[in-house]
Amino acid sequence: MNALKKNSSKPVGGASVQSQTFSIAAYLSNHKKVGTETLIKLFKTWFASLMTWLVIGIAFALPLILYILLNNANQLGGEWQGKPRISIYLKADLGAAETSTLLNSLIQNEAVASAKLITAEAALAEFQTQSGFKDVLSSLPFNPLPAVIEVEPKAVSPASLKLLVTKLADQPSIESVSFDLDWVERLFAILALGERFVTALSVFLGLGVLLSIGNTIRLAIENRRAEIEVVKLVGGTDSFVRRPFLYLGFWYGLGGALFAWLMVQISLIFLSSPIERLLHSYQNEFYLVGLGFVETLILLASGAFLGVLGAGIAVGRHLHQIEPT
Amino acid sequence: MIKFDQVSKRYPGGREALARVNFELADAEMAFLTGHSGAGKSTLMKLIILMEKASQGQVFVDGINLNRLSRRHIPQIRRKVGVVFQNHQLLFDRTVFDNVALPLTISGHQPREIGRRVRAALSKVGLSGKEKQYPVALSGGEQQRVGIARAVVNKPPLLLADEPTGNLDPELSKEIMNLFEQFNQVGVTVLIASHDLELVKQLGYRQLTLSKGCLL
Repeated sequence: MNALKKNSSKPVGGASVQSQTFSIAAYLSNHKKVGTETLIKLFKTWFASLMTWLVIGIAFALPLILYILLNNANQLGGEWQGKPRISIYLKADLGAAETSTLLNSLIQNEAVASAKLITAEAALAEFQTQSGFKDVLSSLPFNPLPAVIEVEPKAVSPASLKLLVTKLADQPSIESVSFDLDWVERLFAILALGERFVTALSVFLGLGVLLSIGNTIRLAIENRRAEIEVVKLVGGTDSFVRRPFLYLGFWYGLGGALFAWLMVQISLIFLSSPIERLLHSYQNEFYLVGLGFVETLILLASGAFLGVLGAGIAVGRHLHQIEPT
Repeated sequence: MIKFDQVSKRYPGGREALARVNFELADAEMAFLTGHSGAGKSTLMKLIILMEKASQGQVFVDGINLNRLSRRHIPQIRRKVGVVFQNHQLLFDRTVFDNVALPLTISGHQPREIGRRVRAALSKVGLSGKEKQYPVALSGGEQQRVGIARAVVNKPPLLLADEPTGNLDPELSKEIMNLFEQFNQVGVTVLIASHDLELVKQLGYRQLTLSKGCLL
């Protein structure tokens, strides 16, 4: 009896040191085994797995594509007027010395990121080449265009822009300041709305991912009821029983995220050429920016996390109901 | 090893499966549990491996009061008890090897150790060379022996068998019983539920007889 007891499993009170040291390696090796076995089983039933992966993938891809478009709109706003340019029209009779004093004072202004002088002549030349009114313009007896200083402000928020514009307009050497604040305000409002929309959509679809993984795991638990009973009968702990299902959730989530990534990349390829063509017609250099490396990692990690979470919830709900009879 | 102290079990609905059962089974003892079907044999076994809880009285296994055991500690008791079921309770989508290895995997043994012990257990029950087969390809007697190998593979101090020879012919039944005797000879406490009175009498071990939930 004593000889046998030595080899029997650890006593209820606590484990011996020896059994603890070798069980860590065994524990890890069991994790590895369960992880790979679960994945192999998923590939064996590839059609059903593919369906689940696609459902999860679509749920991830929708808000992702919106997020990317929003990001690009942000970038677009930045290039166009989100980093808004203020055009300062100088008085026509302003001398060269006064002009350069004004330019220097603008450059030194704290609220200004950069300031660039476009002389009346340069403005005319640019207008002639771009507008197609070359003949009309050259028939004019004088240059109708004033000199302009283009200012790029540091701040982009509508309130601080308004302040800067008001200050500039007060200066005597300045004829007028042109700046479409409403446009910027609207753009910001639309972008903020878009962000909220993407957030809300992500929450709902994330919940959808959680539920669909939970439901798939619930079915898997039902299918393996007999196995769970036997494992419990021969002394399997709850965490041992839970493990394969958590891995199942992990693979569903990770696989779903991978499919989402694929769908996003394909959609971007599909969308990029018409969008770029559209924007080139506005003479804007623009390239659709996809998912970066970090964003891809975040996507995969959140997929895996939601998978494990969904599985954990499902297993927690159903595991206690299955007891050997 | 096992002690029942005034144990009663009433199922929901009022049926009394066990009534004030008292007995003790010493370490390394071998005994048979007999009685008609419905006499409470299975219930008694289920109480020992915590598939059921006593309605009244105390059940002790290896000195541990099962009534006071929390859910979390149930696996530790079950690992001390090897159980052979009448319906084998094998996993049909796993090989013989994996079935037998299950208790070792659960208690966290290293793969090499598992391989060694599983092969030893299979050789003990005369199933060497069948480890890669699936249970469905085996005969009833062979499946029963896979169940026995799984019950003894982690060398539990206590072995329970519920009608282990239920569906087997007399020749095979004898062989299976001999296996249990061999385990008992190396110190395992063995309790076998059986209604094969002739075989039980032949073997001559202690007999616990249940009738309508009472121990005679």
